[in-house]
Amino acid sequence: MNNQASQQRLNRRYRFEKLFKASAIAALTLAASFLIFFFYTMISQGFSALSQTEILVEVHYNEASQKSYKKAVDKSYRKIVSRGWLRTLPLYMEDHPEIVGTSKMQWVTATGDVDQYMKGKPNRLKSKYKKQIDQLQSEGKVKLAFNVNFFTNGDSKMPELAGIKSALVGSILVLLVTMFVALPIGVMTAVYLEEFAPDNRITQVIEVNINNLAAIPSILFGLLGLAIFINFFGVPRSSAIAGGLTLALMTLPIVIITTRAALRAVPHTIREAAYGLGASRWQTVWHHVLPLAFPGILTGSIIGLAQAMGETAPLLIVGMMAYIPDTPTGFTEAATVLPAQIFTWAGESIRAYEERTAAAILVLLSILLSMNSFAVWLRKRFEVRW
Amino acid sequence: MNIFDFIFNSAAALLLLAAVVGIAVYQHVVKSGLTARWHSLPLYYAWFAALWCFGPAFTLFFFASALDLLHLYTANTSFLLPATLFLSIAGLWHGLRQLKPSLRARQSVEGAVRFSLVAAAGVSILTTIGIVMAIVFEAIQFFEIVSLWEFLTGTHWAPDDATEGNTSGMFGSIPIFAGTFMITIIAMLVAVPVGVLSAVYMSEYASERVRNTAKPALEILAGIPTVVYGFFAAITVSPLVVKFADSVGLHADFTNALTPGIVMGIMIIPFISSLSDDVIRAVPRSLRDASLALGTTPAETIIQIVLPAALPGIMAACLLGISRALGETMIVVMAAGLRPNLTWNPLEGMTTVTVRIVDALTGDQAFDSPETLSAFGLGMVLLVITLMLNILSIYVTRRFRSQYE
Repeated sequence: MNNQASQQRLNRRYRFEKLFKASAIAALTLAASFLIFFFYTMISQGFSALSQTEILVEVHYNEASQKSYKKAVDKSYRKIVSRGWLRTLPLYMEDHPEIVGTSKMQWVTATGDVDQYMKGKPNRLKSKYKKQIDQLQSEGKVKLAFNVNFFTNGDSKMPELAGIKSALVGSILVLLVTMFVALPIGVMTAVYLEEFAPDNRITQVIEVNINNLAAIPSILFGLLGLAIFINFFGVPRSSAIAGGLTLALMTLPIVIITTRAALRAVPHTIREAAYGLGASRWQTVWHHVLPLAFPGILTGSIIGLAQAMGETAPLLIVGMMAYIPDTPTGFTEAATVLPAQIFTWAGESIRAYEERTAAAILVLLSILLSMNSFAVWLRKRFEVRW
Repeated sequence: MNIFDFIFNSAAALLLLAAVVGIAVYQHVVKSGLTARWHSLPLYYAWFAALWCFGPAFTLFFFASALDLLHLYTANTSFLLPATLFLSIAGLWHGLRQLKPSLRARQSVEGAVRFSLVAAAGVSILTTIGIVMAIVFEAIQFFEIVSLWEFLTGTHWAPDDATEGNTSGMFGSIPIFAGTFMITIIAMLVAVPVGVLSAVYMSEYASERVRNTAKPALEILAGIPTVVYGFFAAITVSPLVVKFADSVGLHADFTNALTPGIVMGIMIIPFISSLSDDVIRAVPRSLRDASLALGTTPAETIIQIVLPAALPGIMAACLLGISRALGETMIVVMAAGLRPNLTWNPLEGMTTVTVRIVDALTGDQAFDSPETLSAFGLGMVLLVITLMLNILSIYVTRRFRSQYE
């Protein structure tokens, strides 16, 4: 009798054990399936933006089309050929006067709606043009080609011409500013706090400060950038320098914290050996501690910069979501960054932008993932176990 | 010429000059080292001379640009050019005059190094002070227009209707904070169970191989930019939520509070799981062994022994997760909607503090309009809440941390 009751209790406990383990596995599987689902949707949506519909049409390079770009193609093609591409013709003819007066068959970018129709996605193409496209397709005059525009153009109001180049260049400029401001100051602060600072009240206050700074939501750094850099110091709005400085403040605590961890990982014996040989404090740090901590510092910095590169909210506040069709050439020019470009495209009502948004996300993710895996590789490669 | 262009160009020229001086001094010291006994290594003399060459002029540049940026005084080039020339020549002369074997160059150079390290540390403190000051100053301007009491207790938020003179009743922040907390709670309902249970599995049950693949995979989830999560929420999750609600006979807005909550939860999972994993692994083996030796099942050991021991760390992780969820911007901007809405129904659109901040500052409002200033008011409240959560999490870990030997 008693035996049976205890057997029951035991069974119940074992059942609970199984249940608990199963739920723990389920949680991890759930997290993993989020990841897989996420990448699946992004890749399936973004992949199609790598190709772009082109149509084989006869383009007339003559005076009439120089005056009115629409006349470069026959009337029946005017609604299916990208107007943005036609618009570039007069300038092209100015640069290449020898071509005027000729006409030739060439592959031309189609409109966004034609492109979406070709890819079997929702579109607003009229049935008349759908028939025309089907007709052209049976003649082999329509094809999906690699989307060069996506990588060589800036933003555009016409989805078929919109590309990520200006945003990518803007991201690089912003990241350069961030790197040149945050890395030296961050590493120097960490070296001071870890190797030189006396352990007193002030140092403790600084420590608490830095930890708090790391926990502040990124959008508040945007408020700081707007109030101080733009309104007070007069840094040009939406420029790479305004964005870069704002992100630098955000990255600073990350750099400081990781650098301090890297410095702390260097064992004390190294320092004492250096002191024993008569090295000064700075010589010890410069010749022994810093080189040993360097891989760790580099890893932390790359991770911090990758985080800065994916950041959007503070940059929206300092005005980096402007429409920037041209590639910025300097730090004070209006620029946009890749995440901000993703944000503006995501808000576009034209459906053709959706796949471009996903493709831009794929580009951003591959950059960030390669930065992060490079950092992890560095850590693995140069990690020293003391 | 802009003074910054001038400063940039002359700084480059000075550094070049300093390099030349440094190399010359280095060679001089090396050569005369055969006959005289110099106190420090030659490199220190080179640095000593170079520092005297560009140091004084750089100090001038620093103050000139600081004064200019603070709008106190604008130095013109016709003053800066002779001053720079004078300072660098006088500095160089002064430095070279001291250059003799008895000069303790290492001490001087190390002093300068230490000074620059302290200066760098100063900048990072100034940042903290700056962020607080910037937000508080603007927030004070806002609270001069709108009383704090009304801001904290009002239930109507309509900054678009507010004009210069008439702001009463337009800036009640309760609906905004209600939306923020609603989305945060949904996010934590997703993130805490999944995060903690994954951490339990990884640290207690999983083989080393599973752990070594699962942990980096979760870190990938942590490295995805928030704007990408926002797009994912708006394009993929939101229609799913609407469809699901329809299938059970409920109506959901396309910009509902549930979608950003769920996606934000996914975003916070790796944060909570990796912090929890660390604290669970820090619980000493001996506690588990003792419990298992008494005949408990692994699950009982985990629930009754390991998790209570790790609880302070897990709680701190959750608090930090909450502060992240409160300050998260892009997901809610893209998926949560703009309408301040006081409701208990997560299927309706709600707005959050961060959405209103972005909305107020990306429009074409004048900088001192009440709407723009309201962003700083909201920002200040957000700052205070985050800092309090952060301090609370530090307190929890310190207060309840058990010391194991």
